[in-house]
Amino acid sequence: MKAARFDYLRPATVAEAAAALAGDPAAKPVAGGQSLGPMLNLRLARPSTLVDVAKLPELRRVEERADGVFYGAAITHAEFEDGVVPDPTPGFLAWIAHGIAYRAVRNRGTVGGSLVHADPAADWPTTLTALGARVVLAGPSGARELALEDFVLGAFSTALEEGEVVTGVFIPRCSAGARFGYRKSCRKVGEFAEAMCAVLSDEVRGVHRLVVGATEGRHIVVAEARDALADPSLLDDRLAQAGLAADPPTFRLHRKVIREAIAQLAAVPETESLPA
Amino acid sequence: MQETSHEAKGGRGVGASLRRKEDARLLAGRGRFIGDMRFPGQLEAAFLRSPLAHARIRAIHIPAHLEGRAFTHADMAGVKDILAKTGLPGFRVSAQPSLASGKVRFAGEPVVMVLADTRAEAEDLCEEIRVDYEELPANHDMLRAVEPGAALVHDDWPDNVFLVSQTDRSFDDAKLAQAPIKVTREVRTSRQCMSPLEGKGCVAVFERYLEQLTLWTATQMPHIVRSGLAECLDLDTRKIRVVAPDVGGGFGWKGLLQPEEVCCAWAALKLDRPVKWLEDRREHLIAAANCREHHYVMTAYAEADGTLLGLEAVAHVDAGAYSVYPFSACLEGAQVVSNLPGPYNLPAYRCRTYSVCSNKPPIVPYRGVARTGVCTAMELMIDAVAREAGLDPYDVRLRNLVRPEQMPFTSITGKDFDMGDYPESLRRAREMIGHDAVRTRQQAGEADGRRIGLGYATYCEQGAHGTSVYHGWGIPMVPGIESCGARLTPDGTLEVRIGAQSHGQSMETTMAQIACEVLGIDPGLVNVVHGDTAMTPYSTGTWGSRSAVMAGGAVASACERLAERVKKIGAHLLQAPEEAVTVRDAEVVGPNGSVTFREVAKTWYLAPQNLPADIHPDGLDLVAGYKPTVDTGTFSYASHAAVVAVEPETGEVEILDYVIVEDGGVLINPMVVDGQIYGGTAQGIGTALYEEMTYDEHGQPLASTLADYLLPGAGEMPMVRIAHMETPSPNTRFGQKGIGEGGAIAPPAALGNAINDALKGMGVELSMSPMTPRRVRMAVAAAREGAVS
Repeated sequence: MKAARFDYLRPATVAEAAAALAGDPAAKPVAGGQSLGPMLNLRLARPSTLVDVAKLPELRRVEERADGVFYGAAITHAEFEDGVVPDPTPGFLAWIAHGIAYRAVRNRGTVGGSLVHADPAADWPTTLTALGARVVLAGPSGARELALEDFVLGAFSTALEEGEVVTGVFIPRCSAGARFGYRKSCRKVGEFAEAMCAVLSDEVRGVHRLVVGATEGRHIVVAEARDALADPSLLDDRLAQAGLAADPPTFRLHRKVIREAIAQLAAVPETESLPA
Repeated sequence: MQETSHEAKGGRGVGASLRRKEDARLLAGRGRFIGDMRFPGQLEAAFLRSPLAHARIRAIHIPAHLEGRAFTHADMAGVKDILAKTGLPGFRVSAQPSLASGKVRFAGEPVVMVLADTRAEAEDLCEEIRVDYEELPANHDMLRAVEPGAALVHDDWPDNVFLVSQTDRSFDDAKLAQAPIKVTREVRTSRQCMSPLEGKGCVAVFERYLEQLTLWTATQMPHIVRSGLAECLDLDTRKIRVVAPDVGGGFGWKGLLQPEEVCCAWAALKLDRPVKWLEDRREHLIAAANCREHHYVMTAYAEADGTLLGLEAVAHVDAGAYSVYPFSACLEGAQVVSNLPGPYNLPAYRCRTYSVCSNKPPIVPYRGVARTGVCTAMELMIDAVAREAGLDPYDVRLRNLVRPEQMPFTSITGKDFDMGDYPESLRRAREMIGHDAVRTRQQAGEADGRRIGLGYATYCEQGAHGTSVYHGWGIPMVPGIESCGARLTPDGTLEVRIGAQSHGQSMETTMAQIACEVLGIDPGLVNVVHGDTAMTPYSTGTWGSRSAVMAGGAVASACERLAERVKKIGAHLLQAPEEAVTVRDAEVVGPNGSVTFREVAKTWYLAPQNLPADIHPDGLDLVAGYKPTVDTGTFSYASHAAVVAVEPETGEVEILDYVIVEDGGVLINPMVVDGQIYGGTAQGIGTALYEEMTYDEHGQPLASTLADYLLPGAGEMPMVRIAHMETPSPNTRFGQKGIGEGGAIAPPAALGNAINDALKGMGVELSMSPMTPRRVRMAVAAAREGAVS
């Protein structure tokens, strides 16, 4: 279980990184390496060159704005968890980050890496879609921005184009009274979820979003979720369309997880729903 | 047996929770494991392994430039196959070649050994080798492998059965047909992978100055590996030295001779260069440390009050493709027959077990050996009887356990239970878990819709079983008298040398405590030497919950013999008659003063002119032996009780409480015993809820990484509460009993019963471990659909 031979490049700027990637289709960017590392060692991924973007200043940038916060793609899960970066929500991000895999993974794994990997059962893609996040990309033809639900095209599939890198993610600011519910069913702590649902209810902004993850393909995104929050059975057709109702036990699992995520919006006093 | 007196030894002797001496290096990351070793000129091995579960090898194409770096079975002419026969009638012998010959019999079997300066380069070279296979049907399911027409794993066998083991005791079909209660169940336990923190690994080095091959290897039994290796390489045993450095857990996986060890040893001799192999996690999962896979169909007969009348069982054990050295392919299967009745009074018993040969890696005895499967099967059965009788499973268990007044007790399969109060362990577990309060809570129901369940399991664990038990197996090793070398060094400190091997059992501490108990010497001044065949007396090693009893007894014997020699010199120095002096606190104490071990040792080694004329010429360096008065084994026992919350829709199981009431006899170091129990329980929880090595219909392993093979972690461990009953064994030196495996035996049974108890009202009963969320969901959904239709 040793990686096959590859070259290693540590560019100084995003432009250099993008150029290196554009010039060699077999090159791959690496940041925390928490998914790519095992793939390399199993020789399932055999890039010609690893382009290390973990320390690029542009990807380590955090910018607080009135309407939200932009996070460079190489901000680690641990930095969210520890609150060393600002949070435009009432504590949701640290709480989500705390539940990602294990601390060792969180120390190195990055938010950008997680979004690019686009595992439907991972924490960031589901929760940040619920929060209405936007992905910022840079490539040979310049920068562009996509809503996260438009960036993730399916399981492990994104709108990322040849030579493009994710430079960061913008997370909109929530009102102080916004509520967030997140429930995932994992076989054990830190494992990928068998079912997951994230819901945002921000009455002040009039935003109600619900996202179902751990799907076979794209997330189920309900952008106007007020009705579904009141009556989750409205989602049954969406679950069936996504292939999550194929057998009764699986259908029951997803239904239950969605209901428990919604229940979190109301059940727990606000102060207790946040991490200490 | 004698009373212990650790208070008199300054709280450092038998019974003291002394901190572990070995932790000074291990907790600082300063241990020395195989992975830490690098020798000048060393080559590293990668094994090209079979991608198929069953195939004929048509051709192996090795590029010319790999000449002298890539080796096949044909290159190793003269090396003998690994043979682990048994003397059991009807046993079929499988020869395990170190590299596949003619056929491959499981996916992951080594086919070509490739050597390079680094492992990564060796893996690169493996990709240049092509093997032509003719695929054969694979036996992936043991129940199908025994059917007529199944492809033969070994071409010259009539079928795929290593051994059929059976017993029929007082089983009267006509009488049992009248039993008021008759329940039949099918129980299955998954194939598992042992997963010690450190995988297997070895470095073979030919030491020219000694004209000896040294095999550094992560093993539990260096002396047995030495014997087996000498046989395979056709070398005199004196030409081989086996050393186990720090070893990071074994659990049975490191208790055998590996084909990779034979290959590395052979290559080191052939090339005259050190050759190293370090098992990686993928190799460990797919090619190696497989264990536990059992299937049972059982019928229990009982009175209306739950009193057992009889048990009939047919069991299958998937033993994999080869018989492992030295334990053989039948240790599990045959022990199923003898252990299934557990700690119960059972008047009639009939059992037949098939040790099945399949296209999977050889099954290896894992902590608990057959007992984990057996306990799961039997304890689920007790609960099934209780459900049928409409009784609380606690009451049915209590009614059938062997009672203290029956001790010593010979079980229906001839096991000699030495002593103990099995029902009392269950009563105490009931009290600790708060049985009545749990039942009340169950009645009330949970606000979150989860269901609460309470489960019990009781077992007894035969440990340190010796000659009288093992000679009947006829396997390549039979444990006999255990030896210990004891040597007082010139400064009066002590070395004890044991052939057992400590790979997490804390023996560097506990054996020093035993020396302290006998000699009063500070355990900090005792070196426990183990793991090196050149420095320790022969022993079968560390397995079968034997070391505290066997090595511990041997250390005591050697220290007692040493005390006699020390006393003689001490008495002379004190000018007192020998009868008037005693050994206490590392001193020889006489009527008119005392002399330290240091002065005694200094006299023997450095000032012999001061010795008496009649001094024992063998001095202060000796080997002594030990065997318990009865060598059929100690029987520690325990009752486990678990409370779980089961979410029926998601299938998630949370362990709310877990208690263990254990009787390990006199505890040498209670903290170490608790550590053993915690660790075993974690593994038992893995068996119960997480661990499963599945195969597809082509015999392909489906869990090749730890993302697929789930091990319990810190997040999955409940706060296990342990209570001890310390009933001394009448047969051992200090009254200690073997407890090393126990923690891993009962959790699948206790948790399985708890889950079934939780779902009882829904008509759900699971009988396949691990009880994963998916299995729970499926069973709940099936019960609901059944209720609807």
